[in-house]
Parts: sequence; structure tokens; C-alpha cells
Amino acid sequence: MAAPRKLSMKQRYAALTRDLDWDLSYVDEDKAYPYTSFEGIKIHDWSKWEDPFRLTIDAYMKYQAEKDKRLYAVLDSFAQGQGHLQLTDPSYLNAMKLFLQGVTPLEYQAHRNFAYLARFLNGPGPRFAALCQSQDELRHAQTEIHTLSNYNKYYQGMHSWQHQHDRVWYLSVPKSYFDDAVTAGPFEFLIAIGFSFEYLLTNLLFVPFMSGASFNGDLPTMTFGFSAQSDESRHMTLGLEAIKFMLEQDPDNVPIVQAWIDKWFWRGYRLLALVSQMLDYMLPRKVMSWKEAFELYFEEQMLGGLFPDLAYYGIKPPRHVEHAIAEKEILSHQVYWTLYQFSFAAGFTTTVPSEDAQKWLAEQYPQTFERLYKPLWDKASAVVDDGGRYFYQGLPQLCQVCQVPMLFTEPGDPTTICQRHTEFEGERYDFCSDGCQWIFEREPEKYVQAWLPVHQIYQGNCGGPTVPDVLAWYKLQPGDNGEIAGNVEQTAWEAWHATSSAEEQAPAPVAGN
Amino acid sequence: MTQSTGPTPTRVRQVGVDIQETEENRAVVEAVEADNEDCTVRHMPGLVRITSPTRIVVNRESVEQRLGREWETHEFQLAIVSYFGHIAEWDDDQILIQWDH
Repeated sequence: MAAPRKLSMKQRYAALTRDLDWDLSYVDEDKAYPYTSFEGIKIHDWSKWEDPFRLTIDAYMKYQAEKDKRLYAVLDSFAQGQGHLQLTDPSYLNAMKLFLQGVTPLEYQAHRNFAYLARFLNGPGPRFAALCQSQDELRHAQTEIHTLSNYNKYYQGMHSWQHQHDRVWYLSVPKSYFDDAVTAGPFEFLIAIGFSFEYLLTNLLFVPFMSGASFNGDLPTMTFGFSAQSDESRHMTLGLEAIKFMLEQDPDNVPIVQAWIDKWFWRGYRLLALVSQMLDYMLPRKVMSWKEAFELYFEEQMLGGLFPDLAYYGIKPPRHVEHAIAEKEILSHQVYWTLYQFSFAAGFTTTVPSEDAQKWLAEQYPQTFERLYKPLWDKASAVVDDGGRYFYQGLPQLCQVCQVPMLFTEPGDPTTICQRHTEFEGERYDFCSDGCQWIFEREPEKYVQAWLPVHQIYQGNCGGPTVPDVLAWYKLQPGDNGEIAGNVEQTAWEAWHATSSAEEQAPAPVAGN
Repeated sequence: MTQSTGPTPTRVRQVGVDIQETEENRAVVEAVEADNEDCTVRHMPGLVRITSPTRIVVNRESVEQRLGREWETHEFQLAIVSYFGHIAEWDDDQILIQWDH
């Protein structure tokens, strides 16, 4: 008897993914899948969805288990070898705090919504791809938390990230972004998260964090990042398949998809403002500038590579992309300057960039840094030298859509703040840019419901009327916020690195965690 | 921060793949270099970036020759960090990344 022939990848995928599906006979299809018609997207043949990875459940489990084993081997050796002493500087962890507070909860949100797609998309191919992504996102949330928990034993600021994600002003930027996506229909979610977030902008989000970890002695985060990114490649594929599938199914889908690309490009780009300052200012050892990352990962790969491909379907580069390109020399500087003034109310610390850092910024931004931003830092520096530290005591106007403080400037004029507003049902709404105003005016009923942290403070919904009341409501502890120089982390770090005996080198965990 | 082992052409519509820099992946990178004459390999922190103005092919047989063991194309999932382009084919013998249109 001949041995049974091994199925090829294509046959296995067909047998395990497509052949396990069946036609419904007891209920109508639109009753079983009630959410795939209201957005106006027309799908004629769900079987046309392609999964280039040809992933089956057995292969998925096998390789995911291997990825986790590799990660946990690194986490163990990190913990055993006092790996936290290898960091370039304690201020590096500000980037990780921002990641834990801002991004980790998004992974969990993504897990939930892809689980919903895994149930409610009509075709077995996209349902299975969504199921895998849902599992991936849960893995990312869990492994991120686990990875960073090793630092939580020794450092401040990682104790209440989940609580803070729902409350703190700058974290409403990522939170409201994802809330916007999960409250859209399934097709818009696929363009918002699957395509825009996971394909168009993913490298600008994750590669800077992971390369930053690699350059700053943070081995576990680098390993976590690569582990997550290997899944991310599959998510990129899902996003690209999703958009091509919609565009190929019916020409009526093209204008709907274009409008979603326009919206979600700008929404994602505004979210990345937080990443831009992380790259240029938060990392003690620099990897690449925001400008260089933007040119490489967005202009070269997406505008130069992807959009010519999508032009075949009649898709144009995103609306307002020219504003994003024009901002690349000024974005990070404007954002960090604002965070510097408001970090007394943030879950991270800020400081005047060192002389070396300013030299690097001047080299990376020859057109703008010395002319526009160095004078600001010289002023801040002089205040510090006189024994003070300047924090801004008012609360900023937030953009109704992106929820970033209105710190961005007029296109072509980097010294005039850009302010747009629209009246809707007798109320005035303010925006940071043409992009955000355009998004509001498409769906005003949605964005008038925004939970704007500053408005909420003034309405008395955030712990009380004074700054200490609000900070307590944010669960900020001493050392979490404010100025880097002289805070408890830097003091503790200096003590660990100064001691010579082995006994003294075992640092005591930070109190309060 | 980067080392380039060849010229990086600009204004060409490239495809590319980022691979984790590991012992095992060295065989994968070498196989890709051997099978894609026009590719450029760039070492970045922790990863290797391969770009090409046309397409990138990963052949199972080429990887196996260099690795000295069986290698299934699914294993590429453990190597890949990111890519740009479209995964036009991924079967038992080959992975192909190129733009569609």
C-alpha cells in the first residue's frame, strides 16, 4: 500500500479553511451576517478573497508557539542577568511608558474587533484570517505587558497604564482613534486598521520603537517587537488583501474606499505625531530622525510603491498628504515642545535636550531646528539655570477630531498656529488642521460625541477642580511625571550604577508598584 | 547607522522585505542574495533589509542548500519583520514579493 501523499500548501489551505465552510440552510445569509451591507460596500463573491500566506490552523499554532518560546527565553535571561542595568539611560523608558499606555490597550481593542470580524464576515477565507489576527493581537497585548513588567519592578510610571489610557489627555489621542475605528462598520474597520494602520503606517509606528529598543539596550522589547512584527507582516497582507478585494468586487466600492483612505490616513498620521517626538527627543541614543523615517517608510515605500499599484483601481494618494509631507521638518519639534511644558500632567518625564542631542537635531533638520526651535530651548535652558523649571499652567484647546492640543501651524508658516472651526447645530468645534476639519464635516454627528479630556476637566468630571485633584484621578505618583533631572528614577539609576559590591548592586524595587 | 553593500537606487519603484538578523536567517538572506541579482542588502539595527527594483524570490531549495536541513516556506514567518510590495505567491517551493500593477 502506498503511503498517503502529503497535501501541498494550497490543497491543505483549501481543505482546512474553505472546505470546512458550509452553505446556510436554516437562516438567510443576511440574518447570519447582518453587518456587511449597511456601509454600501458591494460583495458579489466572497470566495475571491485570497490569503497569500495560505495559513492553516495547525501551521498557525506551530509557529506561534515557536515565536513565544523564543521570546520567553530572552525574557528569562534578561531577568536572570539583571538586564535592566543595560539601558543607556533611565529616560529611555519614557518611550516604553508611552508605548505601554498608548499602544498596548490598542492591541487588546484590535483583538476584540478582529474576533467580531471572525464571526461576522461572510466568507470563510477572511473569517479565518481575522481569527488569526484576533489571536495575534491578544498575544501582543499579553507579551507586551509581560515584557515591560520586568522594568516595572525597578522603575516608576508603569503601574496604572490601563487606567491612564482611559483618562489622561494625550492618551485620548490613541484611544479616540481606535474608538473611532471599532464603532465603524466592518469594512471601514478593515480599511482603518487592516489597511491604514497595519499596512500604510505600521512601519512608522513599530519600527521606530523597536529600533529604539535595539539602540538603547532594551533587549526584551526589541525581541518582543520582532516577535510581534512577524505577525504584523501577516496583518499587512490582510490589510492589502482587504482593500484589493473591495476594489475588485464592484466599481461602486471605489469612491467609498477612497474616502476611508483619506480619512484614515490623516487620523493615523496625527496619531503618529506622538511617535515623531519619541524618535527625535525621547530616545537617549538616536536611531533615525522622524523626517528620515517618514521619507523612507512613507514617501518611498507607500507613495512611491503602493499607490502606483492602487492607481490601477482608480485610487489616488490620500487627501491632505501634502500637508503631512510639508510638516516633516517641524512636526516632532512642535509636539515635544508642547509635551515639555505639560509633562507635569503626563505619565512620562521631559527635559531640555542635551547639547549633543541638539547638535544631532540641527544636523537632521538643517532647515528648521536652529532657526525655529533652538531659541526656544535656549530660553527654557536659561530658566532652568536660574533654578526654575517652566511648566505651562493653563489647559490647551484640543482638536475635536485627533484630540492633540492645537499646536500645529499653518501650512507654509511654521510660526502661526493653525486654527479651523466649524459650526454644527449651534455649537462651535475647533480643529488643528484642514485634515481634521474635513473628517469632522463628513460625520459631525459622530465627532460631536468626542470625550475631550480638557473639556471634561472643566466640566468637573476628572477628580476635581485643581491640578492635584486631576493628577490624583490620573493615578500619577511622584516620579511618574515632570522633569527628568533629579527625579526618583534618575537618582535610583545613578545609585545602582555607582555601587561596586554585588550586594549593593541588587537594586531595591521601586516603592508603590 | 546603516551600512550599504550596494547602491540604493532612488526614484525606482522598489519592493522589499525586512528580516531579523539571526544565525538561521543568514542562510535565508544568502539564498535571497544568490537568487535575486538586482537586490540590495542593508544591515539595520537587529535586522537585514533586502530591496529590489523588480521582485524578490525566496526559493526553498536555495535556503535548504545553505541551511543543510529541510526548510518549509512557512518558516519564513519566523524570519520576516516587515515587507513592502505584494505577496504574489507563497507555496511549498517559493515565496514571491512584487507589485501587482
